[in-house]
Amino acid sequence: MAYLALVVARNYCLTMMKLPTREQSGVLIAEVSGRIDHTIAEEFTRALAPLLSNCALGRAPLLLDFSGVIYISSAGLRVLMMASRQAKAQQGSFAIAALTPLVQEVFTISRFNLIVPCYANVDAACQALAQ
Amino acid sequence: MKQVRFWGTRGSLPTALTSPDIREKIVSALVAANGRSFRNRAAIDEFVDSLPFSVGGTFGGNSSCVEILTDRPEHLICDMGSGARPLGQAKLARFGVPNPQTYHIFISHLHWDHLMGFPFFAPMYIPGNRIIIHGCHEQLEDAIRLQMRAPCFPVDYSQAGASIEFDRMTPGKPHDICGLTVTPKLQLHAGDSYGYRFDGNGKSVVYSTDSEHKLDDNEAFREFARFFSKADLVIFDAMYSLAEAASVKSDWGHSSNVVGVELCQAAEARRLALFHHEPVHDDKQLARLLAETRRLEQITRGDRPALEIVSAHDGLIVDL
Ligand SMILES: [Zn+2]
Ligand SMILES: [Zn+2]
Repeated sequence: MAYLALVVARNYCLTMMKLPTREQSGVLIAEVSGRIDHTIAEEFTRALAPLLSNCALGRAPLLLDFSGVIYISSAGLRVLMMASRQAKAQQGSFAIAALTPLVQEVFTISRFNLIVPCYANVDAACQALAQ
Repeated sequence: MKQVRFWGTRGSLPTALTSPDIREKIVSALVAANGRSFRNRAAIDEFVDSLPFSVGGTFGGNSSCVEILTDRPEHLICDMGSGARPLGQAKLARFGVPNPQTYHIFISHLHWDHLMGFPFFAPMYIPGNRIIIHGCHEQLEDAIRLQMRAPCFPVDYSQAGASIEFDRMTPGKPHDICGLTVTPKLQLHAGDSYGYRFDGNGKSVVYSTDSEHKLDDNEAFREFARFFSKADLVIFDAMYSLAEAASVKSDWGHSSNVVGVELCQAAEARRLALFHHEPVHDDKQLARLLAETRRLEQITRGDRPALEIVSAHDGLIVDL
């Protein structure tokens, strides 16, 4: 029992990153914010996991609202690539929207704009994903 | 250490400019001249110098070969790609024959693009020269002999006039060579590769090519940040884009400009040289990559001092 409590406590600590969700036009939108760097990449992966497991054929598309993200490193970009891969394998729809200009530049320079679907804003993404 | 001179900067395979490439440069230059006439050669040179590097110059196409210049008479060279041919010619032109010289050569790994210049390195055929080949691979000597064996090459290794010695180095251990402290580091690459850190008279240079960095390996990131720590120059394998290196070309053993910037920022290095250029990239693409890398550094700099970024080209000399 004590062991279980420890495991629960540890899992709680490890999933401190919160991704508030909302729904729009049948699309599940998760808000991501802050700096997505090497130190937080693992936590970001864990926070995304439950959302991604539902991102499958016949389920709501998953959209990450990136308007609150001020920085993303290579490790953060990798998490997005893995998420996109998982969604594809499950025949779900996954995309990112509303990148701030600087984060958009990082996507372009790293060429991640070519491997993870990105939309200019949430409305445009919902319109495309809802189809 | 005073300077680093790049003799070969291309990855995987030497490349050559083609007629359409040259034509494109001439057309761009004439468009820029816009009908202007020039009084003399000096005025023409001044105009050419004002053109973008991808128009007035070229990154070159020889494979990996980098020279480290010190105050000592011995020569220090990293890798023996096809850039070793013009390097050898330059040494003969400078020192003549006979004029015995000592060459210390550090080999990152045994892939062909890093060894192919050795049979064309003229000083190896001249008696009196001494060549010491440093490396960490067990098969270092075998690999060098192998490429000079029939039917691959007409001159056998045994025809070398110079005395050639091999020095097997231990990764992670500092070695005293030519007044410098040289530390090799194991890197992720098919068949293993080794980076070399050179420290001497208050300056540090890191040669780290053919090295893949896995984005989820935080421990390796910290190790490399330590290896690059406060270096005056980090010569870095930036062959692919980050997206390529992480997806379709994952496990191909190379890295990207983005990881180069992140590691150098974490290491508080002073200067990053993009190196081991993708053979399919032309001068315009390489110039664009350099501009983008500088922009990335600028937007991710924060409170840190600026990291200077250059893109290595055949003939580039970097003052330390
Ligand atoms: Zn190579
Ligand atoms: Zn290689």
